[in-house]
Amino acid sequence: MAEKVGVYVCHCGSNIAGMVDVEDVARWAGENLPDVAVARDYKFMCSSLGQAMIEEDIKKHGLTRVVVAACSPHLHEKTFRRVCENANLNPYLCQMTNIREHCSWVSVDRAKATVKAKAMVAAAVERVKKQQPLEPMSVQVNPATLVVGGGIAGLQATLELADAGYPVYLVERRPSIGGHMAQFDKTFPTLDCSACILTPKMSEVGQHPNVTMFTYSELEEVSGSVGHFKVKIHKKARYVDEAKCTGCGICVEKCPRKVIDDDFESGLGYRKAIYTPFPQAVPRIPVIDTTSCIWFERGKCRACEKLCPTGAVAFDQKDEHIELDVGNIIIATGWELFDCRRLPQYGYGRLANVFTNMEFERMCNAAGPTGGKIVLRDGKTEPKSVAIIHCVGSRDVNTNEHCSAVCCMAALKFGHLVMEKTSAEVYSFYIDMRTNQKSYEEFYQRLLEEGMHFVRGRVAEVTDAARKPEEEGKLIVQVEDTLVGKQRRIPVDMVVLMAALEPQRDAKELGIKCGISCSMAGWYTERHPKLDPVATMTDGVFVAGTCQGPKDIPASVAQGAAAAARVMGMITKGAVMIEPVVASITEELCSGCRICNNLCPYNAIEYDEEKGVSRVITSMCKGCGTCVAACPAGAITGAHFTNDQILSEIRGALWDAHASAAAPAQAQAPAAAQTASGS
Amino acid sequence: MTHPNGDSPNPEFEPKLIGFLCNWCSYRAADLAGISRIKYPPNMRIIRVMCSGRVDPTFVLEALAQGADGVMVAGCHPGECHYIEQNYKTMRRFYMLRQMLLQMGLEPERFQLVWASAAEGQQLADAVSKMVEEVRRLGPLQWPANWQENGQRLHALQAIVQEHQQAMEVSR
Repeated sequence: MAEKVGVYVCHCGSNIAGMVDVEDVARWAGENLPDVAVARDYKFMCSSLGQAMIEEDIKKHGLTRVVVAACSPHLHEKTFRRVCENANLNPYLCQMTNIREHCSWVSVDRAKATVKAKAMVAAAVERVKKQQPLEPMSVQVNPATLVVGGGIAGLQATLELADAGYPVYLVERRPSIGGHMAQFDKTFPTLDCSACILTPKMSEVGQHPNVTMFTYSELEEVSGSVGHFKVKIHKKARYVDEAKCTGCGICVEKCPRKVIDDDFESGLGYRKAIYTPFPQAVPRIPVIDTTSCIWFERGKCRACEKLCPTGAVAFDQKDEHIELDVGNIIIATGWELFDCRRLPQYGYGRLANVFTNMEFERMCNAAGPTGGKIVLRDGKTEPKSVAIIHCVGSRDVNTNEHCSAVCCMAALKFGHLVMEKTSAEVYSFYIDMRTNQKSYEEFYQRLLEEGMHFVRGRVAEVTDAARKPEEEGKLIVQVEDTLVGKQRRIPVDMVVLMAALEPQRDAKELGIKCGISCSMAGWYTERHPKLDPVATMTDGVFVAGTCQGPKDIPASVAQGAAAAARVMGMITKGAVMIEPVVASITEELCSGCRICNNLCPYNAIEYDEEKGVSRVITSMCKGCGTCVAACPAGAITGAHFTNDQILSEIRGALWDAHASAAAPAQAQAPAAAQTASGS
Repeated sequence: MTHPNGDSPNPEFEPKLIGFLCNWCSYRAADLAGISRIKYPPNMRIIRVMCSGRVDPTFVLEALAQGADGVMVAGCHPGECHYIEQNYKTMRRFYMLRQMLLQMGLEPERFQLVWASAAEGQQLADAVSKMVEEVRRLGPLQWPANWQENGQRLHALQAIVQEHQQAMEVSR
């Protein structure tokens, strides 16, 4: 029986219609393509009216196949599959062809774009006729969730889920949760103390009955898929028994080795070889840094072990690898700071009194290395003038093109703190002042009134080479003031560089483990930049916070909560439908050569010794189709991507190439077929 | 095999290319090229496969037999495959098949393997533009017509495909 195909060509407003003659494509498909029963074009096929039109046509004309020529299937395949389902047509009998992203938006010639669109529609029509009804597979969702990253976004997600009654595993690379926010002194624009709002959340997570924390641990491996991931966590040895340690801190106090803390204190302060990064750390269990511990260096000391009242120090502790089953994964791995030494013109690392923003955060913090005093590198002199340089490593094609989103506000906050704590003059060197969230602009106005000086222009250089007597012993900021149109040299005592937020160096590596991709810069790619900002292209893996792009605390918190809400939706539903795109082996055709066995990276193909055939374990198959292409006997079928379907698609896509040769070729085809069956 | 246009550039000729793009990286790169309104010639018709490892050599042969002037296979970068390592299998197959096509007289420019991650819309567009220009310079492949000239040749080509299938079929 011939199929009855409906072809629907979308205008997408002028997005497609502007470059492709959609009416011509629809008319042509209806007149020229075999088995096309209905062909229509419409302004917005995804609108409720467009959907209703398709649904009605399926019912009225008894369509057995549907082709929608519109945008990317990654955007609207689900929509049109649902339409078919509503009209009692199996959703896998619908095929989308992407004449927007792959045709109208990339083309400049209307005639040529129309030809391409026709070929794409022809390909889809030929393919859809070979498509077979499939049933999606239902998978139970494990209610446990893995949250990677214990910064504010990860904490928020963890709490939302745990409070809703679901188990959460929280993995954090550092010895304590808290992330960058724990290092800050004040938060803009309200100037409330960062620790005061963060630490309650940290201890809540630490004590929550539904939360299992793995600090000083990293995500090692992910397998499985949505609903039933298997994850492996690498728990590094802290050399302190978590069950016995009470967090009294005697070991830290007695440890004879003091080293510079370049992580939490940004190199401004010291820590011991056995340490908790900060007093409010959660958990309050110290770790031993094996690179600085005297015992690990020369096999002597063990003072901490001797003095620990509970005998918790355990030098024989080993790394652990823990396997967990989870239903969903939330990635909230945050950012790291741009290395200011990459811009030598600003003198960081060479000129003592050039600081980074994170150093300055620690300096302002009352619990920080200077006790909250703003002083020069010598540790005592109060600066009389401070320059804050914006966009260091941001908005610059040589380093990072992106805007780091938080630095303008942080610079204003710094300005306020300097003026509050010292009598120094503060200069801000900005390119554009970006204060575009609630109450941010008001904060900027406040700083203008408080007397912070603003100079618009990208700083050329920070130097200690004085040209005039008043520049002696100062750092001179050389800048073009673009509002005045003049070069200026401003001598100051201290320079603060607002270094950029960069993606974690190993973001890509983690992304590959979880099956999610990064932008060129290294930020994780969300499913849709506007409408689906926390989901990713891999079902069951969500992103939250700055690992997806630079953002401030409120936005990170919102994303953490949003990701948790999405996960809760999955858990509440109980089961998820997964695509039935899997391979299967026809036993009668299988010769048992076992070529496919070693091709599968998921070990989803097993060999039945007794029958001498291979078999696909459906629940483990991910549907890549590599085995299908490799099977010399053609015994493996890749559902929804069968040889027949793809070969038909190829023929359709080349309708105009073989059209001229088609007539004689078709005449010969029966002869060829006969020969084939005869031999 | 001689081409009617020889080696001289033929600006009038619009090559027809088939591109097999993997669902996770390259197809999304093509989506991104669209979203970013990056322009490239409309000569490549894209066929989505879940993984570049799905590309059966038969698909490439069929595309050429149906009149394509060139075929591109595009997948995730090595080490970044959504299916862990299947693009390495693509790589092996690609070089083997290309060797065979070279022996049949096909120019290497007509069969290309491209890596494009989901973030590399520009790179994919550049690769397509480059390939279109290269194939345009080579002129039409005209496999169907060439086989057809000598009535037996098209038949022979189809027979190759069928013979391959039969040879691989297990006797029942």
